[in-house]
Amino acid sequence: MNLRTWRLLVNATMLTLTGVCTVITVSVLFVILGLLLYHGASSLSIHFFTQLPKPTGETGGGMANAIVGSAQIVGIAALIGIPIGFIAGIYLSEYEDKRFASFVRYVADLLNGVPSIIIGILAWALVVLPFHHFSGIAGSVALSVMLIPIVTRQTEQFLREVPLALREGALALGASKWKMIATVAVPAGSKGILTGMILGVARIAGESAPLLFTALGNQYWGGLTEPTSSLPVMIYQRATSPYEDWNQQAWAAGLVLIAMVLTANILARMVLAKGVSLPRG
Amino acid sequence: MASQAVAPAVVRTRSSGTGDSVARFVALFFATLLVAIAVLLVDQLFVRSAPARESLGWGFLRGTAWNPVTDQFGALPFIYGTVVTSLIGMLISVPMGLGAAIFLSELAPAKISNALTFVIELLAAIPSVIYGLLAIFTLVPLMRTYIEPFLKHSIGQVPYIGDLFSGPAYGVGYLTAGMVLAIMTIPFVISVSRESLMAVPREQREAALALGATRWETTWQIVVPYAKLGILGSVFLGLARALGETMAVTMVIGNAPAVHTSLLAPGYTIAAVIANEFAEAGGKIHPAALIELGLILFFLTIVINGMARLMIVATTSKGSKRA
Repeated sequence: MNLRTWRLLVNATMLTLTGVCTVITVSVLFVILGLLLYHGASSLSIHFFTQLPKPTGETGGGMANAIVGSAQIVGIAALIGIPIGFIAGIYLSEYEDKRFASFVRYVADLLNGVPSIIIGILAWALVVLPFHHFSGIAGSVALSVMLIPIVTRQTEQFLREVPLALREGALALGASKWKMIATVAVPAGSKGILTGMILGVARIAGESAPLLFTALGNQYWGGLTEPTSSLPVMIYQRATSPYEDWNQQAWAAGLVLIAMVLTANILARMVLAKGVSLPRG
Repeated sequence: MASQAVAPAVVRTRSSGTGDSVARFVALFFATLLVAIAVLLVDQLFVRSAPARESLGWGFLRGTAWNPVTDQFGALPFIYGTVVTSLIGMLISVPMGLGAAIFLSELAPAKISNALTFVIELLAAIPSVIYGLLAIFTLVPLMRTYIEPFLKHSIGQVPYIGDLFSGPAYGVGYLTAGMVLAIMTIPFVISVSRESLMAVPREQREAALALGATRWETTWQIVVPYAKLGILGSVFLGLARALGETMAVTMVIGNAPAVHTSLLAPGYTIAAVIANEFAEAGGKIHPAALIELGLILFFLTIVINGMARLMIVATTSKGSKRA
């Protein structure tokens, strides 16, 4: 009886504790969102989106250049990274040269695990060093190197979920292999692949470490061949600055960034994440 | 393989034949590009760190002084800081994450479990700089005024262990950075652990429960050991993340290139020093020394990541074989 009570007690305690762990973890997200809303919303105004940053000491100003800069850097990174990653993913799933494919898969996972700051060093060595100045393009190159392995693995994963029978059907009807891939396999896996791409872009959009010494930052509008301002780097600089007004702007920028990243994530996961879209159920 | 064997046999007109070989070549080219990027990465890290490796030698790893002005470069404070902050992070995130993973896979109904997992995945999607922003303005003051003084006056008084919690309470330092890393790695620990727990065959649980084990005994003595490789994999995955984490740590580590016993003291990590100094590093040795630090971090994360993947692959294949 005594032992039994003890066992039941341990059971109840430990199971409750696991619940507590879950509640704490999940509530972290809401605490983060709440704090960002509380601090960020008050300093968010139309000026934030339309004005350039004011010089040190002057209050007000916005981050228009950082928002546009981020869009440019991420946009070009996506233009470079998505096609490369997508086609490499097709190779992994559709052309199984067993040994080389598993090697490429291993390399993709390896690249995925490389800290983003080190990817920044690569882009610095490849783009900043030869041209002798920081540029938005260098930032795009860094982010695209991060994006490629993500898109590759996602594309491969969702293509693999397309049933073999679908492919065989197309081939049996006389389609060539590339036609089968382009008109049957890829469309069938398209929802999942698209989800993967959106999640990948959302992830690189929040990266600041690889931009610190590639795109650097800019007080003014920058072209892509000049140092370019970006939202995440701006948050870092403003949050670590000693000025109250700048700290407030960091909160506002944080709110804008998280709104964009979470919207992309939620949309991608809820609307698109139905995996394979087969012609009939 | 099956589809490949079928393809050429079915139809082969001239045009589709060339189309196929072109498509295949293009796909192969892009896949090779991926490998080329990785090779380029390793190559550049080696080439660009050469000046530092040649002039500093192996002493770089043991050196504790870091002063770019006088050309003194030692890696130890950064390696130490990286390892210590990551270990603190894992010490907190592993029990928490495993607890939550157990709840999500063993106790919660499927619908609730999926909804909560969705929320936890969103947590993983939050940019690192946002964690840093929140840490600077909420966690750091909290640590400085409440938690660190409390630790100093409680555990700080215990002989030997007390040294870990001594010195002034700055708010920034190893402990704060470790706590931020804990929050950031929990989602990774949870999602992989949960998956390996859910891969444990149902019969294992039923057998234990039928023998009279309580729910907790079943979980802790049967299910968790069965999934232990996958769980260990999740720990290493989280560790690799923590080691390479840059922005959030840079904002709360305190940026002091020194080795301190006290966890309350400000320190530095490899990623943080690269983030802070690289853009303005002048001369020949300074940037090269930073890149050599990057090279060390690169190998550290590669090894840990490789181990994590091996373990995760081992569990999933084991599970499917036995089930």
